[in-house]
Parts: sequence; C-alpha cells; structure tokens
Amino acid sequence: MSSLTSENIDILVSQHQPENATLKNYVIGFVSSIVLTMSAYLLAYYHAGGRGLLFGLLAVLALIQFSVQLIFFLHVGKEFSPRLKLIVTLFMMLVVLIIVGGSLWIMYNLNHRVMPSTKQMVQYMNREDNL
Amino acid sequence: MNLNVFGSLLGKLSFRYLPHDPITVSGAIMMVLVPIALVVFLTVTKRWKWLYKEWLTTLDPKRIGVMYIVVAVAMGLRGLSDVILVRTQQAISVGNSHGILSASHFQQIVSAHGTIMIFFVAMGLMFGMINMIVPLQIGARDVAFPFLNATSFWLFFAGMVLINISLVIGDFSATGWLAYPPLSELKYSPTVGVDYWIWSLEIAGAGSLLSGINFLVTILKKRVKGMSLMKMPMFCWGVLGSMSLVAFAFPILTITLILLSLDRTLGTHFFTAGGGGNMMMYVNLIWAWGHPEVYILILPAFGVFSEIVSTYARKKLFGYTSMVWAIWSIVVLSFIVWLHHFFTMGAGSDVNGFFGIMTMIIAVPTGVKLFNWLFTLYKGKLNFKTPLYWFIGFAIIFTIGGMAGVLMAVPPIDFQLHNSLFLIAHFHMMIVSGVLFGDFAAIVYWLPKFTGFKLNERLGRYSFWLWLVGFLMAFLPLYVLGFMGATRRLDHYSASLGWQPLFIVAAIGVVFIIGGVVMMFVQLGYSIWTRKKHLAGSDPWDGRTLEWSLPTPIPFYNFARLPHVTSKDPFWYLKHRGGHKIAQGEYEPIEIPKNTPLAMVIAAGAFIFGFSIVWHIWWLAPIGLLTSIVTIIVRSMDEHPNFVLSASEVKQLDEKYGSAA
Amino acid sequence: MSDLVPSAQVDVKEVNRLIERNDEDNTTIFGFWVYLMTDCVLFGSLFAVFTVLRNNTFGGPGGAVLFSLPYALIETLSLLTSSFTCGLAVLSAQRKSKKQTVFWFVVTFLLGATFLGLELTEFHKFIAGGNSWHRSGFLSSYFALVGTHGLHITIGLIWIAVMTGFILKRGINGLTMKRIRMLSLFWHFLDVVWIFIFTIVYLFGALHA
Repeated sequence: MSSLTSENIDILVSQHQPENATLKNYVIGFVSSIVLTMSAYLLAYYHAGGRGLLFGLLAVLALIQFSVQLIFFLHVGKEFSPRLKLIVTLFMMLVVLIIVGGSLWIMYNLNHRVMPSTKQMVQYMNREDNL
Repeated sequence: MNLNVFGSLLGKLSFRYLPHDPITVSGAIMMVLVPIALVVFLTVTKRWKWLYKEWLTTLDPKRIGVMYIVVAVAMGLRGLSDVILVRTQQAISVGNSHGILSASHFQQIVSAHGTIMIFFVAMGLMFGMINMIVPLQIGARDVAFPFLNATSFWLFFAGMVLINISLVIGDFSATGWLAYPPLSELKYSPTVGVDYWIWSLEIAGAGSLLSGINFLVTILKKRVKGMSLMKMPMFCWGVLGSMSLVAFAFPILTITLILLSLDRTLGTHFFTAGGGGNMMMYVNLIWAWGHPEVYILILPAFGVFSEIVSTYARKKLFGYTSMVWAIWSIVVLSFIVWLHHFFTMGAGSDVNGFFGIMTMIIAVPTGVKLFNWLFTLYKGKLNFKTPLYWFIGFAIIFTIGGMAGVLMAVPPIDFQLHNSLFLIAHFHMMIVSGVLFGDFAAIVYWLPKFTGFKLNERLGRYSFWLWLVGFLMAFLPLYVLGFMGATRRLDHYSASLGWQPLFIVAAIGVVFIIGGVVMMFVQLGYSIWTRKKHLAGSDPWDGRTLEWSLPTPIPFYNFARLPHVTSKDPFWYLKHRGGHKIAQGEYEPIEIPKNTPLAMVIAAGAFIFGFSIVWHIWWLAPIGLLTSIVTIIVRSMDEHPNFVLSASEVKQLDEKYGSAA
Repeated sequence: MSDLVPSAQVDVKEVNRLIERNDEDNTTIFGFWVYLMTDCVLFGSLFAVFTVLRNNTFGGPGGAVLFSLPYALIETLSLLTSSFTCGLAVLSAQRKSKKQTVFWFVVTFLLGATFLGLELTEFHKFIAGGNSWHRSGFLSSYFALVGTHGLHITIGLIWIAVMTGFILKRGINGLTMKRIRMLSLFWHFLDVVWIFIFTIVYLFGALHA
C-alpha cells in the first residue's frame, strides 16, 4: 500500500474523468477518417459501380466515419456508469432518425401524390387534350 | 439607395404603423399605460433599488420562478381579453351584423390568443413551477447552470416584450398560431406581424431550449446522494420527460422559424408557392416540433397531479414504476404522431394509417396514468382540499377531450372534423384541463411553502366551480358546432346555419370563466388580507417530499445540510416511521452564485436584434447581436462568479431561519 | 484502488474537494454535450429540408453542375486535419504545456479559417454566377445547410481566438482545462456534421447527374 501523494491524487481525480484523450486514439481516428473520406471521394469521383449500390456504399462509409469520430474524437461510450452521455447520444440519434426519415417518408409520399413534376403535368395536359 | 437618411435609419418603421381603430388603440394604450404605471409606482415607492437587487439580477431559481409566473399571469390576462373579443364577435356576427371586429383584426386576435396562451402563459407557468420546485425536490441547492437559467428567463421576457410591442407599433400576425405558408409568406402577409411572431418565438424559444438543457442536466446530475432515479418524486420524472422533449424538439422550431424568416427577409424559397419551395415541408416540420410541445406542457402537469393525489390521499403513489414507464412511452411516442395534425394534406393511406395508429397508442400510457391516480385515491384517507377539486375536474374533462382525440386519430373521421370547432374543443379540453388546472392546483398546493399562509378554501372552491361550469358551457357547444360544420377562425357566418344559439351559450360560458378568474384574484387578495388566520407552518399538507422538510420561508441556499435520502417520499417516512434524521452530518461551506445583470444584457441584445430584423433596421441588428456575444465573453472571463458561505456562517443562518426537520 | 487508501499524509478533505470539483466540471461538460446533441437535431432538420428540396431546382442548376468534388475534398481535408490538431491541443493541455497548446490552437484556427475561406469563396462563386439562394428551393436549402455549418465554424473560430488569449493570460488550470475540453468537443462535433454534408450534399449531388 502506497500513500496518497499529489501524483496519486491526480490519478484518482483523472479516474473520475469520463474522457480518455490519448495520442493513439487521435491518430487512429485521424488516419481512418482520411482513408474513409478518400475512398468515398474516389468512389463518387469515378462513378464506380451502379448508382443504387454507390449511394448505399457512400452512406455506409459516412456512417462508419461517423462512428469512428464519435469514438476516437468525441470519446462516446468511454464513461463510467450511468452512461448518461451515451444514452443522450442514442436518444438524439433516435430523434434525428425519426425526424429525417419521417419527413422524407411523408414528403415523398405527398410529392408523389399531390405535387406532380412539370413533366408529369405536361403529360396529363396532353392526355386531357387528346380526350 | 434610399437617400432619405431618417427613413433608412429606421428601416420600415414609421408613424403610419401606429394603430388606428378604437379597439386596437385601446389595446395599445393599455400596453403603454401599464408599463408607465409600473414605472411611476416603483419611483414613488422608491423600489427601484430593491427590484434591481432582489429580483432583476437574481440567479436564485426560486425568485426566477416567481418572475416567470408573474409574466405568465399578466399574459394570461391578455390572452383572456382576446378570448372575450373572439367569443363576443362569434356570438353576434351573424347574417347582416358584422360584429365588433373587422375580419383581419379578428384573425390577428385569434392568432394572438393561441400564440400568447401557449408560449407565454402555459410555458411560463410551467417553467416558473419547475424553477421553484425541482431543486427543492431533488435536494439541490441550485440548478446545474444558474446563470444560464437567468438568461433563459430574460430571453423569455424579451420574446414577451417583442410580441406585445406589436400592439403599439405594427400589427399582429393574422395567420393563426402556427403561421402556415404560403399565407405567412411576404407576398400574402406583407406587414410586420409575421416577423414579430417569428422573432418573438425565436427568442423565447431559445430561452426554452436552454432551460430544457439546464433542467435535464440538473435532474440527472444534481440529485442529492441516495436519491436514485427510481426514488425521485413523480413531478421530477414528469419534468425530466418534458425537458428531454424541450431539448430535442425545440431545435426543430428554431430552424423552421428561421427558414420562414429567410423566405420573408432574404427572398429564399423554402416554403414559397413558387421558386421551388415546398409549403408542405413547413407544416411537416412545425408539427414535428408542435406535437412534442403538447406533451412538454402536459408532462409536468401530470407530475403535479401525481404529487397532489398522493399527498391528499395520504398514500404512496399507486404504480410508481408504471408511471415512469408511461412517461417515457409518451416521450418517445410523442415524436411519432405529428402527422395527425395534417391527415388531410394528401398523404397516402399507408402514411395516414401509421400515424393514426400511433396516435391511438399514445392514449394508452395516458390512460395508465389516469388509472394510477384513481387507484391512489381509492381507499385513501382523503384530505379534500381545492387541489383535489382541480384534479377531479381535470380527470373528467381530460377524459372527454381525450376520447374526442382518439376519435380524430381515425383518418377518415379526421377528414370530416379537421380544422373544425370540434378540434378546438378537443385541444382546449386537453390543454386547459391538463395544463392550466394542473398549474392552478400546483399554486394552491405549493404557495404556502413559499409564503407561509394557505389560500382561502371556500373562495378556491367557488373559483373551481365557476371555472368548471364555464368551461363545459364554453366548449361542449363547440363539439356540436364542429359536427355541424363550423370551422375554426370564423369571423362571420350566415344566420340560416342555426349556429348562433350555441355560440351564445359558449359566450356565456366565458362569462363564468371570467368569474372564476376574478374569484381567484379575490381569493388571493383575501388570503393575503387574512393571512395571520391561516398560517401554514412549514408542512401544511403533511407532505411527502423533500421540499416540505425545509423551513418556511425557504432560505436562499435551500438546504443548510444536505438531506439524507434512502427511499421514495423520504420526508413522509421520516415523520411517520421515525428513524433517520433528514439532514445529517456537519455543516459545510456553500457556494452561492453572485447576482449579476449580465443575463438581462444578453437578452436585451437579443431583443434589439429581433426588433431590428422585424423592421429591417440593418445597422442596429449587428449591434444587438454583438452586445449579446460580447456579454457572454465578458461573463466567461469572470473567474469568481460565486461567493462562499463558510460552514460557521451556514450554521448561524440555519439557526436563525429555523433548521430543517 | 486498494493502493490508494488515504493515509495521514494527505488531507482527505482536499481529495474529496478535488473529486467534487471534477464532478462539477463533468456536469458542465455533460451539459455542453446535451447542447451539442440538440444542435444535431437542428442540423437534422436542415438535412431533412435539403433532402426534400434537393430536386426543386426550378429550372436552375443542380448539384452535379455546381459542385466541384476536388474542391469539396480540399475543404473536407482541411477541416478533418483541424479536428486532429485540435485533439493535439487537448493532449498538450493535459501535459500542461502552455506553449504547445497555444501552438496547436493557432494551427487549428488557421486550418479552420482556410476551410471558412474556401466555403465563402464557393458561395461567392455561386452568387456571382447568378445562383444565389433566390434561384431555387434547392439552392436556398443548400445555402441554409452549409451556411449554418459555416456559422458554427465562425463561432468556433471566435471561441478558439478567445480561448488562446485566455490560455496565454491565465495559463492552464482547472478552469481553462474544462473549457479546452468543451471547445474540442465543439470542434470535433462540427467535423462530424461535415461528414454528412460532404456525403449528402456533395458526393450524392455529384451522383444525381
């Protein structure tokens, strides 16, 4: 058993610190972000693969990079219990998912049903003329 | 460039925007006279220094709470006077008669009523109550961020001033309380009314958002040792749910209003009818905020009812855990029902069906709560005081209104009832009975804790009965009128429709409600007059939670020694089972934030910014913004925002004020 | 932690006070985190608006015509690097090295200012070419989304400048350390938002051709 010295107090206090910023974490985060950004960029720049596939791939790359930065830059999920920061973050993601996903669902449904494009309108009008 | 220097200096502002017709002029005169009267009163009684030192610069949440409530009550009276005009107009504007208001003025008044009642009355009462009660119930000496808390209040205040200035110079938005485009776009609403509306809500909304974050963190992080989440009073749970909604729904409002403002001032095309805008997106976004907003208001009121029912039934709350789950189901579900506000906009049956079903489901947790309250009352030793009357009134009206809501959750039925008076009756029954009755009950329940005397019971009951009768008379006819096809915001209708008798009944109902309001002021005045006769002591209702363990009046540091909590309702078990002392241990030094006027300065900057954008005074807007930013930086440089009471000082004060139980 | 049993040599109260102070700092940082999460919802709403209005070009140019991918890549890399250097500033501050902390904050500031300059140049190019926010719903939503991010960057730059002055004047103590941690959260957060702007606005925009 060692006695409490000022160094030990520092350690004790730092154990109450939810974040553990280390050079290793930042380097891992930085390098993988660069790699992910570059691959997304090259995929889009050279239009590699089919459009649907490409959209999916880019979205996945963005989500991976999001998680990487969340973990290595923003230190999410590295706190002690109760993991309030994590809970709040997950709740935010749920809300954003609902708002963005819900809005898109609703608005595309509405557009599809009540906001015909100019092209469609011309088609309808031509059809009326032919009647 | 405009060569008229004066004109360009003042933007669009000019004398021709002063009001002209008699009703608006009298409103404007009121808005000028009331502040002047206040200033004269304060000067004559030499209270400026007192006001500034004790109230305006305070960071004490108990005092900030009182200021919220004072503003909310004043705004409530304005909202009520709008109602009187609306009901009078609708009762007499039939056939050849066109009533007392022009069509556009009528629309302004309807919009003012909705906006003011929701944003400045319901929200104000709620935040006032939260400020006063939450820190006490969780055994905290302060909120997590006291300065931010004061800033929130002053932003709320700045928003309130901005929207009331529109009575004196300019006009009120005539576009309903949520200002749907394209009507609210510059092309169709060219005056400043909508801009006032936008910036008032933007500023007050920023305050609400900051408050939401503040109390979320306060409840999660500042609870006294031993009070785990599942030992918290139910009011705090309601507030926690509500504040989570504030924090995650208000940003949507902020963005939506900003985009509308950009459309109006910079000529963007977000919600315009042409130019590639999409007005339906506005409706979608505003309700993605708007529906959670309803639950933001109601969850704390649910919390109040939980406290009241269990205290006056002298029983622990029935189904505590299910109450908590009900709150969190409501929180999550309230984010996935928003489309039921616009079933008729043209979405397909899959979309409408989904949101219809979700809307029906959200009624379930609410039902769980109602049953829990009833089971708490069951076999309780009832102490039948006025708050229980308000609860029972709430339970009845809320159930009627709730069932009307479930009815409208069925999309085909909503197609018949959308935007009709049926809807108006439904949501007034929810918000007035839920939120307002909850706040009334809370005032009777908690006021003695702060003032040391109880309110007169008999006058309180009179007020309750006047409210109940008046309320049912004012809104039951609206259900019928809704079925008969009367839509909302009608300033005139044909005599052949046969609606007039029902509108007259509704107007008489408002007379009863006014009686109820007057009775409340009489009750308050009489109770202050005879306060020596019904002194309350520190625990008038045999309370259960920590706030009742404190001496009355509550010292500014709340708890001299932090309470010792091992169970729910800790104070009740202390009194009735004995055992542990609530406050234990030695006295410790306490840090208290110093008073500061800077919160007021930040809000003043925001007000100047909002006002100059409304009137396009472009040189002034950056000055307002800079004032706020520089003040924030100045505040952040202050390394000693607190003063410290030493342990011995705390001990002395504690002996002076009377120690906690 | 059995080797950390307090002995007579240390003031137990002092340790408790330090831990309590630290808890308070953590409360502030948690509060700031909640604010950042609410800001995410704000950006989420803007993303929803952008995605809904992205095809409403009203006869004007779409993203595939306007956006230059290499340009956006340079913006992205400068912001990403600034996020990394901001992390290095935090590490230097943890080591209590005032000089290094200031150095890395200056680097972060310069990279952030570069990013902002690039963004403003792009805005200017669009507006000069007759494609301002007046042109179409799509461009309105583009300017709103990217502009809001730029506004946040501007606030971040002001904060970095004030913070650097603060460190120079007061050195690295408990208070500055707490604020450095919050500033770094803010800056990293802006980088996270930019990932989605880069992907959804620029990369997806290029695919829409």
